[in-house]
Amino acid sequence: MAFISVFDVLGPNMIGPSSSHTAGACVIAFLARKMLGNSPKKVEFILYGSFANTYKGHGTDRALLGGLMGFGTDDVRIRDSFNIADERGIEYKFTPDSELTDIHPNTVDVCMEDESGNRVVVRGESLGGGKVRIVKIDRVDIDFSGEYSAIILVHRDRPGVIAYITKILSEHNINIAFMKLYRESKGNKAYTIIESDEMITPDIKSGLYKNEHISQVMIVQ
Amino acid sequence: MDFNNAKGLLELCDNNNLSISEVMKIREFEEGISSKEEIKNKMKRVLEIMRDSATMPVNTPIKSMGGLIGGEAGKLNKYREKSIGGVLLNKAIMYAMAVLECNASMGLIVAAPTAGSSGVVPGLILAIQDEYSFSDEKVMDALFTAGAIGYLAMRNATVAGAVGGCQAEMGVAASMAAAGAVELMGGSPRQCLDAASTVLMNMLGLVCDPVGGLVEYPCQNRNASGVANALVAAELSLSGIKQLIPFDEMLDTMYKIGKRMPVELRETALGGCAVTPSACDACKKCM
Repeated sequence: MAFISVFDVLGPNMIGPSSSHTAGACVIAFLARKMLGNSPKKVEFILYGSFANTYKGHGTDRALLGGLMGFGTDDVRIRDSFNIADERGIEYKFTPDSELTDIHPNTVDVCMEDESGNRVVVRGESLGGGKVRIVKIDRVDIDFSGEYSAIILVHRDRPGVIAYITKILSEHNINIAFMKLYRESKGNKAYTIIESDEMITPDIKSGLYKNEHISQVMIVQ
Repeated sequence: MDFNNAKGLLELCDNNNLSISEVMKIREFEEGISSKEEIKNKMKRVLEIMRDSATMPVNTPIKSMGGLIGGEAGKLNKYREKSIGGVLLNKAIMYAMAVLECNASMGLIVAAPTAGSSGVVPGLILAIQDEYSFSDEKVMDALFTAGAIGYLAMRNATVAGAVGGCQAEMGVAASMAAAGAVELMGGSPRQCLDAASTVLMNMLGLVCDPVGGLVEYPCQNRNASGVANALVAAELSLSGIKQLIPFDEMLDTMYKIGKRMPVELRETALGGCAVTPSACDACKKCM
């Protein structure tokens, strides 16, 4: 059983009103932004289940937008995130979807686009107490909590890519706690998620990009 | 130094001649990831946020996001001179209501153990500090003691309204507050645990039925009643009244009742207060 700290009981320190509908929403969008890599220019949040029904009264919309701009769950700017997003020139939209019901009750799709038109769609679930799970990136089902330092790699499904990745990690003295592989289909786009206890320094990126099959390296911590 | 239940905690206290807060501090340092310095600073920050959220709405009332609450703390403050429950109770429920006011208007709070029940622990502990002039050091010790109770509930039962009803959220918050208050007032570890047990007993079966699904009403009222329950339990325990049923057994029975509660009464807004005609009318206005 994972260690329960006194600050898991007296915490999280958070902007109210709800750990699942406000704090959790903020964390999902925060992680989604890291997966985009750059500053988002445009974003649409598609809200499902309880999120779709009660998002206004829980400030889920402000929390999502705040998380997308990199605010933590205890950042008082969350209240003001509509204005801040306007100032930063970010286009945003919230679309409740009450049709899809076969889904975790607190689910959101974060559909982001950066300045150069790169699009990433991230689906997250808010599990309660501020804990979350990222379950989808673009069309690929994944499982990622954001509790550890992580490297997310987008690459082609080819022999030797994983060996190359682990070699670079070992050169940087990074211990792999968890490693998961996902792919769209055989030989096509694949995702590798590596979680580690250590902080991951950004200089690892250049080594990883030297492999021709690796197209994107995202560090989330 | 670690413990899995209240029995184990009490043994650690008795065998080493330590208070619950001391055991909890040692556990956090030995088993967790933070240094003593970091632990102290984190708890200072917890206390700071608790105090801000409990005091700010008293003079600056704020309407909630859902529009169902706002301004209650200020009313209690003005009414204090005529209070029928005395200054301590009036202040404790004022602080508790204030934290919920802050929470419901997207202010900064400390979930303790949840956002919906975040007023109970600061409510009682800060009111006692005001009345008896305890140092912040002593108050932070009381928070560690409260944390020990909450940890046991998270480990061995639940603190989620969606899983165990309000008895799990407000019930646990109030047992945390009661244990903290007893240690602050000089009670023994056993007396702290007896007070925590008493609260669970007296709040057993309480349902979670938020109007409109929002963390506003009756949540805010129940934070006040959680404080009152904690105060009653602390008073009983400090007077020397012993409890028949230990905390571990009360926690277990609370959890079993929670799991048997119909889903309508577990944070779904499909039963209880949430489906009364007046609540439904109000929701049309607020949603």
